[in-house]
Amino acid sequence: MTLEVVLRLAGITKTFGDLVANSGIDLTLHKGEVIALLGENGAGKTTLMNILFGHYVADAGTVEAFGAPLPQGNPRAALEAGIGMVHQHFTLAENLTVAENISLGTSSLWSGRLRLGQSKKRIRQLAEDFGLLVDVDAKVGNLTVGEKQRVEILKALYRDARILILDEPTAVLTPQETDALFETLHKAVAMGLSIVFISHKLHEVMAIADRCLVLRHGALVGEVETKNTSREALAEMMVGNKVEPPEVAPIQVGATLLELRHVSTPDMGTAPGLQDVSLSLKAGQITGLAGVSGNGQAALSDLICGLGLPEQGQLVLDETVQNRWNPRDAVQSGIARIPEDRHHTGTIADFDLSENAILETYQKPPMSKRGWMNWSQAKAFTESIIATYDVRCPGASTKIRLLSGGNMQKLILGRVLEGNPKIILANQPVRGLDIGAITYVHNQLLAARASGAAILLISEDLDEILRLSDVIHVISEGKLSPEFPRGTKTPAELGLWMAGQGFEGEDNCAA
Amino acid sequence: MMEIFDILLSASFWAAAVRIASPLIFATIGEIICERAGVLNLGIEGIMVVGAFAGWMAVYQGAPLWFGVSVAMCAGMLFGLIHATLTVPFGLSQHVVGLGVTLLATSSSYFTYRLILPKVPSPPKIEPFQPIEIPILSDIPLIGEALFHQTAMTYGAFLLAIIVAIVLYRTPLGLAVRSVGENPAAADAQGLSVTGLRMGAVMVGSGFMAVGGSFLTLSAFDTFLFEMVNGRGWICIALVVFGAWQPGKAVLGALLYAAFDAFQIRLQQTSIGSDIPYQVFLMMPYVLSILALIIMSRRAEIPAALMIPFRKGER
Repeated sequence: MTLEVVLRLAGITKTFGDLVANSGIDLTLHKGEVIALLGENGAGKTTLMNILFGHYVADAGTVEAFGAPLPQGNPRAALEAGIGMVHQHFTLAENLTVAENISLGTSSLWSGRLRLGQSKKRIRQLAEDFGLLVDVDAKVGNLTVGEKQRVEILKALYRDARILILDEPTAVLTPQETDALFETLHKAVAMGLSIVFISHKLHEVMAIADRCLVLRHGALVGEVETKNTSREALAEMMVGNKVEPPEVAPIQVGATLLELRHVSTPDMGTAPGLQDVSLSLKAGQITGLAGVSGNGQAALSDLICGLGLPEQGQLVLDETVQNRWNPRDAVQSGIARIPEDRHHTGTIADFDLSENAILETYQKPPMSKRGWMNWSQAKAFTESIIATYDVRCPGASTKIRLLSGGNMQKLILGRVLEGNPKIILANQPVRGLDIGAITYVHNQLLAARASGAAILLISEDLDEILRLSDVIHVISEGKLSPEFPRGTKTPAELGLWMAGQGFEGEDNCAA
Repeated sequence: MMEIFDILLSASFWAAAVRIASPLIFATIGEIICERAGVLNLGIEGIMVVGAFAGWMAVYQGAPLWFGVSVAMCAGMLFGLIHATLTVPFGLSQHVVGLGVTLLATSSSYFTYRLILPKVPSPPKIEPFQPIEIPILSDIPLIGEALFHQTAMTYGAFLLAIIVAIVLYRTPLGLAVRSVGENPAAADAQGLSVTGLRMGAVMVGSGFMAVGGSFLTLSAFDTFLFEMVNGRGWICIALVVFGAWQPGKAVLGALLYAAFDAFQIRLQQTSIGSDIPYQVFLMMPYVLSILALIIMSRRAEIPAALMIPFRKGER
């Protein structure tokens, strides 16, 4: 390619304490080009982009934009040089409107008036040019995730960004929204913008990028033209060895262990509750629940976890209708809970591994007797989890907040699976984990399925749902789709259900 | 019952309500500025004491009244700077720092008072602001005397509320201040200085709190007494919530609270008052404040980043 170089990073190195996040990374980006930055979690992708955008200062190395050196540690300089970043965690103020969020910081603080009228006109024009439809007067807090992302992109375009950095942009989108995003990116490239696309979803990278850069443990391990490579080759480069997707063996489906009959629950803040949901979890079967987050998944998982009884309808366990239902009942009925937010509800950050490992069993023998804790028993139990589940840690008395997400999740898996649970609620079990840990968690779930557990897998990642689930339901605005057996629906068809289509006139109680 | 109507129909009752509301409006507006930028300023009570003392002492030493107000403003901003330095760049607990600033500000005011005036038998007096009648408007019955026969500082309080509302909602500066209170990461990503905006907001807000304090010594009364702020700062914290962090609603809240206060003083002097212990009357404005808070603040939108320190480069 003989095109103009718009961005050049040279020898970027950054360490956090003992951790080398980036070591000697070189990168060039040409005008009108899309490059993908690939790597597992913790490979250093986000750190690199945060250095480029001025959130961090590199220990060594230089950044050059449009031929001029870029001072580091200064987001304003990056913005002025024409670099726009769409963060993985949106940087939007929820209580402000779309127009306010976009125009924030674009005029001098000391100018007397906020010219929102002019801003709105310009935003509407940009939205039309790039196909980013959004209501400029809406409060950002009321927008869907897809719309928020459009606002983030508009924010960059409004400041005349010539280089767009997108950090895991598709992690929160439905397949249709992803297609729309790609269309916008194609338009942007046609207008001469350059794009850095950060992801670990290989098929998307293959679809959008001209060139791929692969990071592993903070170092650049490969750079290939997309047309000269394959998904398998990229995956191998990312992980460093061959990746085997888990084998899903055919299985004998057993009795119904947990059943919801026409259940409705109240709304939870802005997230809808369940509306007339019927669902049955059978032994030896993984039931996948697909859907965009905030569509009732929280209500369903809270219900099964024992955080509330349904407002209407029945919760049936082993063919007995439950009238009393709280978290302890749930645990004692053999429900294993892998919570959505392992930091917030799954563990207590400043407790050590032993204390966290016995959170569900501390009140009964052998962990305690006649009101006294049996710490040696707790420690032995924890050490057996550490050994069996390969938790990488200094020891059982380490505070759990010092563990990586993957190791924390392994401890949680050990905690719930050691009791041979009959029912497993796995809510986003691999969110934020790298490929190695994901494969491990998936294999553990499949092993539990083989030993006869009924598993409900809640995930926003359609690939994960499609790979593991024996039957799939889609949840949208608190309503549940019919049951789709493995292989009967394509991702695009499920995407339509996720967007709320197909629920009208359907009998949405699963047989 | 007739006595109650007599109170409600007397111009002096409404004039008193507006007068009692004035210092609350200054301080509440100041607190709104701090909280909109994401900093809870519990230094308010002490900063009001400092304002009351510094403004009064400047005038007692011979300065003009408006100069006294400026001195109060500067003293407030100084304590605001202490608060902001500890809570914004250092990111310390806003509760602890706020209470610390209140204790420091209160006791250093009393200490300085005793240093300068070691042996005064009774607190010395100054010549305070006098009411100004606005021509024509002050002739309107009832409303005229209540609203347009007040001191310049009272007019200033209402003017300030209007100006702050305009700045917050109609200028880029106001948008920037609100954004650091909602999501500092968003402001940072747009190239704004979160530290600068928050420190500036806390200092200016603290300045207005001190002006509210100086109203007590330079306009409502003519001398400085220990304990004269008497919890007004804490009332203002509640008024911010009552006003849902909006200057206009906060002014209404201050007027409502002041009306209850003025009403209970007058009710004590009626025949009803002779049968009931006076403490019950003193309690009234607080009880009604709590009730009003319960009703009003349920749908309020709290600045999302209130009390959350911002550290660059952290998630």
